[in-house]
Amino acid sequence: MDQPGSTLLQFFADQAATAVPAHRPWPRYELTEPGWRALRAALGANPSWELLDLWAEPGLVHAALRDGDTGAVAVATLGCPGGAYPALGGARPGAIRMERAARDLYGLDAADAEDRRGWIDHGRWPSGGDHAKPPYRFLPVEGESLHVVPVGPVHAGIIEPGHFRFTASGETVVRLEERLGYVHKGTEGLMAGRTPREAARLASRVSGDSAVAHSLAFALAVENALGIEAPPRARWLRALMAELERVANHLGDVGAICNDVSFALLHAECGVLREQVLRAADAAFGHRLMMDRVVPGGIARDIDPDALPAVAALVEALRARVPYLMQIYDAKSSIQDRTVTTGIVPLALVRLFAAGGFVGRAAGRDFDARRHHPYAPYDALTFEVPTLREGDVNARLWIRVREIGQSLDLIDQILEALPDGPIAVDLPPGAGEGASMVEGFRGEVFCSVRIGEDGAILRARPRDPSWLQWPLLEAAIKDNIIADFPVCNKSFNCSYSGQDL
Amino acid sequence: MLKLLANALLRGPVTEKAPDPDGEALAELARRLRGAAQARLGRSLSIREVDAGSCNGCELEIHALGNPVYDLERFGIRFVASPRHADVLLVTGPVTLNMAEALERTWRATPGPKWVVALGDCAIDGGCFAGSYAVAGGVDKILPVDLRIKGCPPRPAEILAGLLALLATAEGRR
Repeated sequence: MDQPGSTLLQFFADQAATAVPAHRPWPRYELTEPGWRALRAALGANPSWELLDLWAEPGLVHAALRDGDTGAVAVATLGCPGGAYPALGGARPGAIRMERAARDLYGLDAADAEDRRGWIDHGRWPSGGDHAKPPYRFLPVEGESLHVVPVGPVHAGIIEPGHFRFTASGETVVRLEERLGYVHKGTEGLMAGRTPREAARLASRVSGDSAVAHSLAFALAVENALGIEAPPRARWLRALMAELERVANHLGDVGAICNDVSFALLHAECGVLREQVLRAADAAFGHRLMMDRVVPGGIARDIDPDALPAVAALVEALRARVPYLMQIYDAKSSIQDRTVTTGIVPLALVRLFAAGGFVGRAAGRDFDARRHHPYAPYDALTFEVPTLREGDVNARLWIRVREIGQSLDLIDQILEALPDGPIAVDLPPGAGEGASMVEGFRGEVFCSVRIGEDGAILRARPRDPSWLQWPLLEAAIKDNIIADFPVCNKSFNCSYSGQDL
Repeated sequence: MLKLLANALLRGPVTEKAPDPDGEALAELARRLRGAAQARLGRSLSIREVDAGSCNGCELEIHALGNPVYDLERFGIRFVASPRHADVLLVTGPVTLNMAEALERTWRATPGPKWVVALGDCAIDGGCFAGSYAVAGGVDKILPVDLRIKGCPPRPAEILAGLLALLATAEGRR
């Protein structure tokens, strides 16, 4: 039945699966239930196939897959008239929480899933039914001299809410169990029924630190669905915004990691640099986080020409300052004592979950959507994708530092070759469906959109990279001391809002 | 690192001049507190931040207040880890139904006198998430709100101006 080593697209051909017309840029296939089961078996036989996303809508479940060998991407769809489908979580554990969320939000049951608990639904929404939800059951902990430390949802710092349950033996963490969903706002539900331009405002706010990445992924998915392209100038300015966002976030997190090991100096210095980036973004585009600047069809406003010298000067300043600060980091054994060999994520787990961004690259998974699925203008730009193998806090920090350097080079190239012309096109009327992949600072955002004949969104699904990184944080902290959790957590900096939606 | 420290001494601080307290915020506070606020807090305010459902944009700008450019602590305003130590709850986000109880319990754990600041458009009326099945709405759906700071997200200088208004009021200067 399943053929080891076959390609993803060959699998769909073998299944004689129906390709949905005009799903761009990657195909979408409708599978039968036996076909879905064959997909699960094929995932087991082909470890290089990656699960990018799993999501639902009334009566339908979708899985986005990527063939790690060929780079082919495809979406599989199964109609679930009986309200159930065979679970993929056993073959790709990254799907487990997605299946739990799909059950909470759309009532579709991953029939043979092992973990049948809810995920996003905490039993607080007006459900219309009268069935009270049973209390959430955390995984059982048994054994002598183990103690449990529950933390959150309200944390001690200025961060998003979530619940962490540590089981420790002395100082050492034996298990961390995350419980998320506290900031579920019904974002996907709010996007449905709106025009793409209206829904873009919500896409900008899926995760505030990734406003550009998410609004860009959404815009590209809409443009793919409608078969249009944003004008060249818009595409280049989008990339400028995306790189500014990446630099700002990496600077903030490098500083915060140093702060979590009590090295306040670098935290302060990085904070000043981050502030300079946000002010440059504000001067150039009129918003510090660049929300609502990327819209379907182009960008909402052109760059302020007066700000161009400031952006160029910022690049020069950072190019000198960041390496200097990292020399200080490198020379302090008291910092490295806390970051080196702390919070290791092995390459095998990163591959199994297809975890993107610095979480994946720090452990040796060489993937960057800008390189592997290039969207304009990255196909015309020169940059490297740094990778390391250690997979610890230190490696994740260094990947970010090197990515700052790459982004500065990219900004230089963009400013030099920025084309003139219009910044947006009107969206044509009519239906369509499409997807997109955009490299945000945290990893690749995968976005899927279907638009109806009336031009309104039928289903929009922005998948934040955090979905595939949160579970690995549980693995990273295992066998580390509880006191190292903040620095491990910050080295991931997963999005709560992006996952909870 | 010594070079960096020496340069920092010679160059002087990067910290910028404080904005004036937000006049509109002062007026709102004066209405709410009706002069009843006592000068019992001295010159300090302890703030417990609660994200009740935000997209994290507001948190990023609250974080920026701590950087050397804004240096919030020079005003005696600081963020504390526990609501037990707080005078002010600074709440962001449309309050999600999944967070409503946690927010309410955090408020109950905060000793009086206490103030609630709704930060950002979502915290004021739910913002672009208003009307969702999963959202209660603005913070005032759950708690009495003393001060609202507009913006999506508000810039750090705007947050600072709002908090300075609160400090001025709490000191009983107005």
